[in-house]
Amino acid sequence: MNLINPQAIYTLWLREMLRFLRMKSRVIGALGMPFFFLAFLSVGFRNTSFSTTSIDYTSFLTPGIIGMTLLFSSTFTGISVLWDKEFGFLKEIMVTPVSRISILLGRIAGGATTAIMEALIILFAAVVIGFNLRGIYGDSSVKGMVSGVILAFILMVLIATTFISLGVSFASLMEDMEGYSLVMNFVIFPLFFLSGALFPIDNLPSSVRFLAFLDPLTYGVDGLRGCLIGESELSIFIDLLALIVSSLIMLAFGSYLFKHTEVD
Amino acid sequence: MEAPAIVTHDLVRRFDDLTAVDHVSLKIQKGELFGLLGPNGAGKTTIVKILTTLIKPTAGSATVWGYDILKDQDMIRAHIGVVFQDPSVDNKLTGRENLDFHARMYGLDRATRERRVEEVLKLVELSDKADILLGKYSGGMQRRLEIARGLMHHPNVLFLDEPTLGLDAQTRRHIWSYIKEMNESEHVTIILTTHYMEEADFLCDRVAIIDHGRIIVCDHPGVLKSMVRSEELPDPSLEDVFLHFTGREIRDEEGNEGQHARKIMRHWRMKRR
Repeated sequence: MNLINPQAIYTLWLREMLRFLRMKSRVIGALGMPFFFLAFLSVGFRNTSFSTTSIDYTSFLTPGIIGMTLLFSSTFTGISVLWDKEFGFLKEIMVTPVSRISILLGRIAGGATTAIMEALIILFAAVVIGFNLRGIYGDSSVKGMVSGVILAFILMVLIATTFISLGVSFASLMEDMEGYSLVMNFVIFPLFFLSGALFPIDNLPSSVRFLAFLDPLTYGVDGLRGCLIGESELSIFIDLLALIVSSLIMLAFGSYLFKHTEVD
Repeated sequence: MEAPAIVTHDLVRRFDDLTAVDHVSLKIQKGELFGLLGPNGAGKTTIVKILTTLIKPTAGSATVWGYDILKDQDMIRAHIGVVFQDPSVDNKLTGRENLDFHARMYGLDRATRERRVEEVLKLVELSDKADILLGKYSGGMQRRLEIARGLMHHPNVLFLDEPTLGLDAQTRRHIWSYIKEMNESEHVTIILTTHYMEEADFLCDRVAIIDHGRIIVCDHPGVLKSMVRSEELPDPSLEDVFLHFTGREIRDEEGNEGQHARKIMRHWRMKRR
């Protein structure tokens, strides 16, 4: 039995795309929160300056909100395994001779596509409301813009992989959607606030700052800043490396838990 | 003699304080059409879930098509087809898309896929409804589509968990004749759970009557009937057999019986919520 089954992964991706196209309200709903965060915070805090960086707040915030979009959309996709459980469709998937890792990869393929589409819509909306896309060198050169966006895309794939796997891990441990708000409020929001999406992590008290460095989204947001406005705290390659490690760890973790989940 | 299609040995499954499957030992031969007959909550579905690798037994062992249910799950999955008792379709996909999804997951190529989709749609008379979202199907239509789906990939062993529950008489007859035909002409081994006596009587080569998670008797319907034949009952139906083996208990221990079934129902309801 093939561990990696491309046809099955493609099939699961295809299903996700069909559902995505048919549930427009879900897409618009998912975009609402990051869009309003972006719009209101960038207006409300437009005069804010941080000691560690000279860039304007909209430029600082936009990569953070893109990270937020990816975080929320990905975790939701992961946890939505529970919806399939609820409606019985997970049974249909789980009795097929497709390996669990391929099922997980199929979900990641579908979820990453929708999450990245949402993130790109937010990026576009940000440009419309005044975000200055400056590329990886921060000089708005065509070369810097193109390589910045390509590298940002790779970072987005890794962020999505990490958090979809996290969501699937939670879904494997949970019986139903009842625990969803618990995960949302005690895992996802802290991950978001710790990541430096809204303010530099230097502003965190030192007692919690180390937690920020354990949060994969910190590297995601920092890397996205590097790609889109040319300013990051860490080298982009350190961010990239950290995300590769986090996505591999979460993938292993998620597939282990998913493999041992019972469907009844 | 050929190796059996399914062997279970002292299979046990407990849910918290409830023993849903209690030391079940079965041997089902290849090509057999085998019925698990029992009241609601008897443990039929749990046995099917264990044999189709969806849940693990608490104790005991079993093989399906020669493969161990704990070690070779992927091999078992490649050889079986399942029609579940509860809905297991994607409401946001059309009938055709649901079937196509299934065929792709089983690795059928494009030509086979298109041919099989048309064939099974025709069989369950849903060809004209194929491009409607499943969410708009009636319960019976959805059921027919799921049966069609279970047959698509020509499994060696087919599990049908209450396949005709909630269907009208015409459709039921239709499904029966197809089940029989598949079993006879394609030699598919079929395990069917039902609480319709006439269904088991009409279809099955052998029937296991199951109650409280235990197998009470297991034999040919004819043999079972002769076991309860008496002067008052010169021509017993399978229903008489069933009542003979499970009925008195229901009357005498209504409290216990009801409690057991309720516990199982409650368990599944909690899961579903």
